[in-house]
Amino acid sequence: MSWGSASEFFAMGGYGFYVWGSFIVTAICLAVEPALLALRRKNALEKIRLEKATNETAA
Amino acid sequence: MNGVIHWFRYASPQSFYPLAGRVAPWFGALAAVSGAAGLWIAFFVAPTDAQQGEAYRIIFIHVPASWMSMFLYVVMAGWAGIGLALNTRLSAMMAHAIAPTGAMFAFLSLWTGALWGRPTWGTYWVWDARLTSELVLFFLYLGYMALNAAIDDPRRADRAAAVLALVGVVNVPIIYFSVQWWNTLHQGASVSLTRSPTMAATMLAGMLVMAFAFWMYAIAVVLVRVRAIMLEREAHTDWARELREAAA
Repeated sequence: MSWGSASEFFAMGGYGFYVWGSFIVTAICLAVEPALLALRRKNALEKIRLEKATNETAA
Repeated sequence: MNGVIHWFRYASPQSFYPLAGRVAPWFGALAAVSGAAGLWIAFFVAPTDAQQGEAYRIIFIHVPASWMSMFLYVVMAGWAGIGLALNTRLSAMMAHAIAPTGAMFAFLSLWTGALWGRPTWGTYWVWDARLTSELVLFFLYLGYMALNAAIDDPRRADRAAAVLALVGVVNVPIIYFSVQWWNTLHQGASVSLTRSPTMAATMLAGMLVMAFAFWMYAIAVVLVRVRAIMLEREAHTDWARELREAAA
């Protein structure tokens, strides 16, 4: 391990902006995509439920 | 029919849907575990680079993201081609499910590349062969999704998008060989199949573990997305309406 302290770790030898800018944006993307997918699935199921309910009242 | 494997059994949405649902969480778990291990190696095991200092640590996401962006495109074009040739519903859905994840990895490749280029080359962007062809890949993904969304009839959209995906596959070898064919600012491959890697063993290990994590993540997300696409497209079919999760 090459870090003397936490602040040294976050500074990344002066390249903190570039290193953390890369890792944080990647982390955000990998978190947002599954969240959007969960929403998409929820909406699709909701639509099926709604259609089923409408068909039953019509029949 | 004893001993005969029913290869086409999982080619229909109603049988693939539950299978994908069962395996997706396992791929997600593998992605989380290997991602944590990869980050540990990337920040706490891999040594500081002699030339680039700590800036080189971007490699642990830049290279795996770039690999995934190219690999996913080939898989997407493969599914699109199968869909075009055999006219199977599931193939086109698989291709559609891959596109947004591939686009995301292409974006991450460009984004991390820009943030790595600034401290090492002195610029966020150059119109260099490697960078430009990766940007073209990103636009091919976006074009595929836009074309698919622009055509109302889903089956026609499948075929049009498949043709675009297949034509665009030419770009993948161009990206890969761009650093050899043209004189570029981008460095050559650090890892190749034909010679030993030109980097420290721990750096290589970190990169491969991260690549594995991205791979598992991509499989999990694509399976979840293809399930959502099945629900959207097959909403009027009996199997979708009889799903337990669609019960009121």
